[in-house]
Amino acid sequence: MARTLITAPSGARRGETVTLRVLLQHPMESGYRVGADGRLLPRDIVRRFSCSWNGERVVAVELFPAIAANPYLEFSALALDSGTLDFVWEGDHGFQHREQRTISVT
Amino acid sequence: MRAWAWACALLALLGSAAVAEPLPDGRRSGLEFMGESTQAMQRDDALNPGMLWVLEGEAVWSQPVGADGRSCAGCHGAARQAMRGVAARYPAFDTALQRPIDLRQRIASCRQKLQPQAITPGDAPQALALEAYVAFQSRGLPITPPADPRLEPARDRGRRLFHQRLGQLDLACSDCHEAHAGRRLGGSPIPQAHPTGYPIYRLEWQGLGSLQRRLRACLSGVRAEPFAWGAAEWLELELFLAWRARGMPLESPAVRP
Repeated sequence: MARTLITAPSGARRGETVTLRVLLQHPMESGYRVGADGRLLPRDIVRRFSCSWNGERVVAVELFPAIAANPYLEFSALALDSGTLDFVWEGDHGFQHREQRTISVT
Repeated sequence: MRAWAWACALLALLGSAAVAEPLPDGRRSGLEFMGESTQAMQRDDALNPGMLWVLEGEAVWSQPVGADGRSCAGCHGAARQAMRGVAARYPAFDTALQRPIDLRQRIASCRQKLQPQAITPGDAPQALALEAYVAFQSRGLPITPPADPRLEPARDRGRRLFHQRLGQLDLACSDCHEAHAGRRLGGSPIPQAHPTGYPIYRLEWQGLGSLQRRLRACLSGVRAEPFAWGAAEWLELELFLAWRARGMPLESPAVRP
């Protein structure tokens, strides 16, 4: 299972802009490199990342082979309601990883 | 108001000076030779990819292995207390083996008692994660090589190796890291080669790696044939490097280009 480091506040004031930071452990193998045996290593990258707040899409990202291993993303969201943050990564070979965080808005 | 602004500016100046100030004897961590973005990446745990291995090591620490289902945590308890300062003392002399060992070998021999398995040469993912987790517990503590006379012969051999010219380029470690530290080699800064942040996350590797892996890269850099994985020469060099960096704070997991 992939490991992630998510930095998200547990609470925020209504109308506040909160910064969300995510780091995912992933090789992001570009598909252009050769291995020790001289054969091309098959591409294995994260294709999409999305974050939603109570089901509403906050950010959607497309990732490409030129992005380094262990991709780090930072984005912001407007705090309107308490609820759940859903982080989803999807990639090659059926890779899917999901994390959730709760946030209370006062 | 103005006085406040001045005080703040002065504090900010002092703060940045404290970070960049070399040790009294001129020894500086490799971090200080790095660019701003690499430094920022290391200093912020939310940004430092090495922390992913620390997290993995934390999971391995309490994961039961072997027939008895024992774990590191089962004997040692919480790593935060039990492993504090341990990484700063290695390499150390092992009485049972009658030779010096590094942190990796210490962890491996301990885990072999739980689950007899061949120790894989090189950077096995699980061993690396555990090493990163144990080293992380000593972050900020000074490197304190043990004052053990039995370590002296190996450390002396390490000192000789450090100053010995090797490879087709006929260069010793000291030719770059002492005579030309702070200058540049092909655009990259040459640090003083203090092993303060191992295991490190190298952007070039796109992953975490051990000091031995880094030393191998230097040896192939001077076009010498690297010693075999786990050869005694690596440990001798590590012993000398730890002694050379004594008193410098550990910063594992460090980030380097």
